[in-house]
Amino acid sequence: MEELGLLFQGFGVVISPFNLMLMVIGIVLGVLIGVLPGLGGANGIAILLPLTFTMPPTSAIIMLSCIYWGALFGGAMTSILFNIPGEPWSVATTFDGYPLAQKGNPGGALTAAFTSSFVGAVVAVILITFLSPIIAEFALSFGPPEFFSVYLLTFCAFVGMAKGAALKTIVAMMVGFTLSAVGMDTVTGQLRLTFGFTDLLKGFDFLIAVIGLFGIGEILLTMEEGLEFKGAKAKIDMKIVLNTWKQLPQYWGTFLRGSAVGCFMGIVPGGATPASFMSYGVAKRFAKNPDNFGKGEMEGIVAPETAAHAAGTSALLPMITLGVPGSPTAAVLLGGLLIWGLQPGPLLFQEQADFVWGLIASMYLGNVVGLIIVLTCVPFFAAILRIPFAIIAPIILAVCSIGAYTVANSVFDIYMMVVFGVFGYLLRKLNYPLAPLVLAIVLGNRAEDAFRQSMLYSQGELSIFFSNYLVGSITALSLFLLFLPMVQGFIAKLRKPAAA
Amino acid sequence: MHESNDRPLLTTRAAELLVSAFFIILASITLWDSLKLGAGWGDFGPESGYFPFYTSLFVILASIGIFLIGLRDKKAAAETFVSVQQFKLVLKVLVPSIIYVALVPLIGIYVSMILFIGFFMMWIGKYNIIKAGAVSIGVTAVLYPTFEIWFRVPLPKGPLEAMLGLN
Repeated sequence: MEELGLLFQGFGVVISPFNLMLMVIGIVLGVLIGVLPGLGGANGIAILLPLTFTMPPTSAIIMLSCIYWGALFGGAMTSILFNIPGEPWSVATTFDGYPLAQKGNPGGALTAAFTSSFVGAVVAVILITFLSPIIAEFALSFGPPEFFSVYLLTFCAFVGMAKGAALKTIVAMMVGFTLSAVGMDTVTGQLRLTFGFTDLLKGFDFLIAVIGLFGIGEILLTMEEGLEFKGAKAKIDMKIVLNTWKQLPQYWGTFLRGSAVGCFMGIVPGGATPASFMSYGVAKRFAKNPDNFGKGEMEGIVAPETAAHAAGTSALLPMITLGVPGSPTAAVLLGGLLIWGLQPGPLLFQEQADFVWGLIASMYLGNVVGLIIVLTCVPFFAAILRIPFAIIAPIILAVCSIGAYTVANSVFDIYMMVVFGVFGYLLRKLNYPLAPLVLAIVLGNRAEDAFRQSMLYSQGELSIFFSNYLVGSITALSLFLLFLPMVQGFIAKLRKPAAA
Repeated sequence: MHESNDRPLLTTRAAELLVSAFFIILASITLWDSLKLGAGWGDFGPESGYFPFYTSLFVILASIGIFLIGLRDKKAAAETFVSVQQFKLVLKVLVPSIIYVALVPLIGIYVSMILFIGFFMMWIGKYNIIKAGAVSIGVTAVLYPTFEIWFRVPLPKGPLEAMLGLN
């Protein structure tokens, strides 16, 4: 199969001492980021992105994606040891992870979590290996209307899967789109929504939004609880690892279901967080002893971790093939690609095969290296959390501010970071989803361009979005998802006999 | 721990109404600006203001919806959005951060950082000035060569660096 040949070529690119070193650095940084509050996966990558400008793109994306894997692994650590999810997608891991640790088997819980993450990621990478060339090939026939319909589908999927928070999802998305419109209009050259502020000429950079919303906002939220980290002491040695590994194969069904849920949710942008919850729910339903869930059942760790990691990884599939990121972190990585002058999509596979297959190869290696590192370094990472909040919080804030500045060498961006931070705090407390906001900022201009180009071509006829089977079906699916919550709400009301 | 500080500063419903009202106002401003740019169909397809006009419109419509739902949400009216105690803690982080950010263009990021980390440790962590100074200067001393030399990313500097000839 052609893909395997290309994959081996990719391995050739990856296995250089420099790249391997970056891989290790990336994973360690990523785990650190996943473990510390305020430095989430998307945020951490956003901060480090401008620093990779001097590196060759292949090396840069290897390091950044390894940070991503590290963060995916790291979030589980704090969930299990401290009952504090280091990342939103680790929340479901606390349900059974923490109780199991409390029962005296933190090592086992951690091993289960890391191994499940590994399995989920590998399944997703295999999927990417074989599916992406097909999709990329397919996407060659995409024109502006098709691209716009895919963006439309992405955003309508958010609304459709919002489950009762549809209105807030719409607000978040539309605010993001409006923010993306600030600055110079690429088509007419006019200045939009800048209100005379020259600093707004370049518009809002999504990196600033990410650092503010997910970083500063997170710290403000954590502050409310009046920080104190007290957790189980954890040591992992080979005996515990092997013991746990002996137990895991019986959950092969959970692994399979978790991976399936995760891959699906990553590609159709649901994201790692809903994937982890969904997988937990599914596993509980299929379990032989569902009542043990929540009390330290190992299966309750396997399910969410497999799904979260599978989703996080498969979110990269639409990102590299279509240029549509399936998660905020994938959105940041997409931003990185654009900054390095690489256009994601079918052309990437043709013109930059080294880069793409190097990236895919690094996904395999990165996860293997990652698993080894996390299994061996748990006490070290757990110790980091014992650093008092009063010391670590200002350091994190300072690092975030550096990150914000380096995006465009602008102090104004540091101010905007704080503003976004306050927003992030308020919006998260009120359950406004942040992911569609960030995605809208990243994709807003491209979606708008695709729309305008389509309109130019069709002379203003909206029917171009139904002009062939492909674009028509995607558009129809989008509209279906968009109105789904309304329909669901309607049906629910019809069923209830008008009780308050 | 039932102090009077546990009392709510804001109910969830009040917060909902405030935030959605804020979005309505903000989006109305962008709506107006989009109309000024022209939100119709020009010679080259949609005009500049077309896209932000509709996105602002949707923000307004959806926020009105949230506002109206919020008005009738009795559960949210009983829920505490943030208590006085919690808000004070949040402010304890936010206010120094704002001061820190405001200082950056004046005295450079490194000096601001030293002051910020040190102050934070003393005020919130109750560390003495020696420990706070040691950590804040130590961290900055690590970050300086990391960014200036290794990553080669110049960060804003102020009069102190100019005096020391470090620009």
